[in-house]
Amino acid sequence: MSAPSTHAAPDDAVHSHGDTHGHGSRRGYLIGFGLSAILTAIPFWLVMTGVLQNRQATVLIVVGLAIVQILVHTVAFLHVNTKAENGWTLMAMVFTGVLVAITICGSLWIMYHLNGNMMPMDAGAM
Amino acid sequence: MSTATYDPDTFHLAEAEDHDHAHGMGGTLLGFWIYLMSDALIFATLFAVYGVLSTSYAGGPAPRDIFELPLVAVNTAILLVSSITYGFAMLAMEGSRLNATRGWLVVTALCGIGFVSVEMYEFASLVAEGAGPTRSAFLSGFFALVGTHGLHVTIGIVWIGVMLVQLGQRGLHVENRKRLQCLSMFWHFLDVIWIGVFTFVYLLGVMR
Repeated sequence: MSAPSTHAAPDDAVHSHGDTHGHGSRRGYLIGFGLSAILTAIPFWLVMTGVLQNRQATVLIVVGLAIVQILVHTVAFLHVNTKAENGWTLMAMVFTGVLVAITICGSLWIMYHLNGNMMPMDAGAM
Repeated sequence: MSTATYDPDTFHLAEAEDHDHAHGMGGTLLGFWIYLMSDALIFATLFAVYGVLSTSYAGGPAPRDIFELPLVAVNTAILLVSSITYGFAMLAMEGSRLNATRGWLVVTALCGIGFVSVEMYEFASLVAEGAGPTRSAFLSGFFALVGTHGLHVTIGIVWIGVMLVQLGQRGLHVENRKRLQCLSMFWHFLDVIWIGVFTFVYLLGVMR
């Protein structure tokens, strides 16, 4: 870093980059943190105390809250939005999301049926 | 750029000519983001493997028998706090406050070390009670998935250490800012993966 005049321009550039990347404000981080603390506490509370007698409902709520929390982290901490990098970060994330869904759901689906067909006793599933 | 001496400003100006501003930091951040997405696919595969094997106990212990949710809750809280402390480090960086940036990075690294320590303790006690990765396919999948995440966090801690040295030597120049932004994405990404781990492995595991 030499004379102030020489790095005034890069500093401006950094700040303008900062804007296009949508770095969070203190408020944004705190809101994100508060939301994810709540979204973490609720599923742990549900499972550890077993307040909901219905297992199915508990599973659905826990999974639903996890999806919401992932979205909160993506927006509040990873700053993914439609403007960052001309929307390419969002595009890449949506594409990855599709691949992740195919990988996980596809594997579970195929292996479930494979397991079903491997059962020697379960002739009905064949 | 013709001179051999290192000058971050020149470097950045040269980049600014080549790239539109909207691409940001010469595409480094987008490139790192693409790496993170490929990392997400690794974790997707490990999640899929765990999902397929998660009921193959081989007569061994089930999740309900071995997972300690209070320990997992503590670990989750530690990682969540480390996310906001890294956020504060980024805010300090944007305000060009070097010492605050380094301070928050140290706090983040300490949280990370706490997280990995608790995880090592958990792994050690699992192995000690005969629930190691060789016990059943379920446990192999569990150790592979959670262990890979823990390894990532460990690498993140090492990276924070490297950045502390870099900041000490060169301060908050353009390239260090770029590196800190990449590390920020890496760290928050690991937190996102952990949401999947504590939900699908631990919480849904003990309900099975």
